[in-house]
Amino acid sequence: MSIAGDSIYREIILDHYQNPRNRGTLEPNDYSYEDSNPLCGDEVRIDVRVKGDEIDDIAISGQGCAISQASASILMELVEGKTLDEIRRIGKDELLEELGIELSPARVKCALLSLKVLKAGLYGIDKANEEIDEV
Amino acid sequence: MTTITRTPVDTDVDELDGNLVKADFPILTRPAPAGRQSLVFLDSAASSQKPRVVIDSVSDYYDRLNANIHRGVYDLSEAATDAYETARKKIAAFINAKSSRECIMVRNTTEAINLVARAWGGANLKEGDLIVFTEMEHHSNIVPWHIIAEEKGLRLGHVHLDDDGRLDLNEYAELMKQEPKLVAFTHVSNSLGTVNPAKQMVADAHAAGAVTVVDAAQSAPHLPIDVQDLDCDFLAISGHKMLGPMGCGVLYGKKALLDAMPPYMGGGSMIRKVTLEHTTWADVPAKFEAGTPSVGDTVGLGAAIDYLNELQMDRVWAHERAIVAYALEAMQEADGIKIFGPKDAQARSGVVSFALDEIHPHDVAQILNEHNVAVRAGHHCTQPLMQALGVTATTRASFYVYNTNEDVDRLVEALYDARRVFSGAPSPTTSAARSDDPCRKQWDEKSFDG
Repeated sequence: MSIAGDSIYREIILDHYQNPRNRGTLEPNDYSYEDSNPLCGDEVRIDVRVKGDEIDDIAISGQGCAISQASASILMELVEGKTLDEIRRIGKDELLEELGIELSPARVKCALLSLKVLKAGLYGIDKANEEIDEV
Repeated sequence: MTTITRTPVDTDVDELDGNLVKADFPILTRPAPAGRQSLVFLDSAASSQKPRVVIDSVSDYYDRLNANIHRGVYDLSEAATDAYETARKKIAAFINAKSSRECIMVRNTTEAINLVARAWGGANLKEGDLIVFTEMEHHSNIVPWHIIAEEKGLRLGHVHLDDDGRLDLNEYAELMKQEPKLVAFTHVSNSLGTVNPAKQMVADAHAAGAVTVVDAAQSAPHLPIDVQDLDCDFLAISGHKMLGPMGCGVLYGKKALLDAMPPYMGGGSMIRKVTLEHTTWADVPAKFEAGTPSVGDTVGLGAAIDYLNELQMDRVWAHERAIVAYALEAMQEADGIKIFGPKDAQARSGVVSFALDEIHPHDVAQILNEHNVAVRAGHHCTQPLMQALGVTATTRASFYVYNTNEDVDRLVEALYDARRVFSGAPSPTTSAARSDDPCRKQWDEKSFDG
């Protein structure tokens, strides 16, 4: 039997997909935003509570493919304890590097959905798109 | 004409040999890149591959015949016009239209349906009129009706599906009692493969006084079409799904209806006379073909029809049903595969939508791609149907003349690999696990609004 499928679905992806971090919703919250990827139907909502200018708590919900959901879980680890300013500086390359897999342009949208949702929640969708450089 | 010969087909043989057909398709016979298995193409419902004769016919058109058509008095323009109109005649014969004037060249099925909605609907529908379409329509047979319904204040009636993925014909009969002005439905579902009883549905709609629009994007490539037998008023076809080039499709319309309709687009070629104040229209089909058409692609579609005629459409249909029967059996044997749509292979075309365990269809398709098996994953431009099925997406394998049982075997083998990759704990995003997610509920509500 071929092992072809393993090249994209590395252990880290499957681990985050099957054991996602910070799963759920926060009520009340300071920021909440949801968006979907119409191509795949991936859906992500991120709720954020802040203390001062730091992330106090963050939760993610939604559904979708392994790439979108694993990437969202990895993002949760990436932003833990960070200030809002530091989150601003997280670019798409940083998240893609954490994923550590080669993605086709269509699947890159899956991978970046959570980052887009987080940034859109914090300072608006236009700025988020600009920073993530979506076409 | 092109000198390329195509695979001879022994007319005494009842079944097509998919491997012989496949040999006619350059893209399917190219050597795979190093380390890759050969390509298994199972996405023909989205767009078919093209045989060498079609590719060569387009190339040959530009080599020998290219010039703008109509009104050119020089030889080349006449030759191009002749090539274009010859293709139109082939198309008309292929669907048994009474006259090639009833075949309007458009870009694709989407444009064909928009043409009807805009031109026929614009002139004939008025506030409060009921129009009916079904839950299994492609967005191209929903959105144009939404647009005109919003503009005019039309009422919408919908035919829903039963548990087997077939139309609820009782509901259809009830809707007909409400005397709709227009009924639009797909001949074959692009997501489920369900073959609808088009002839009976047209007859029922006519009895109710409605004009009928049949979306034949998924039927014309696969089974014999006879518009006189169907008696439909309009029928829409995409050339690129039936071995032809992208960029050409056909709207069939009954001549009396076409004659009475206003134009869709204005411009060159569709006029009789233009003054500064006023325009009068050309006769059909020119009235609906403003601007320079896609001549080379239309010639290619003519070559595709020659090729299909040589294969014989009844054999094409038999071939697909044999493969889909084989596929349904092989997939039902494998654990964890849920097949959507009619269980009976005789009730469906060569389209199989399925779910594999709780693995997201895009992940399934991605792993199949690693095996060089090309399938489509997503909503297939049928979001209302996905909502009826209770899923956001499916994985879809679709078969055509060049597919074989070995292609099905490759598909199933790759599906086993997908299961192996995802064989850990159940994913957190299964529908059961998410049912109490407040977010989930919001999205459901939102998507139904959309």
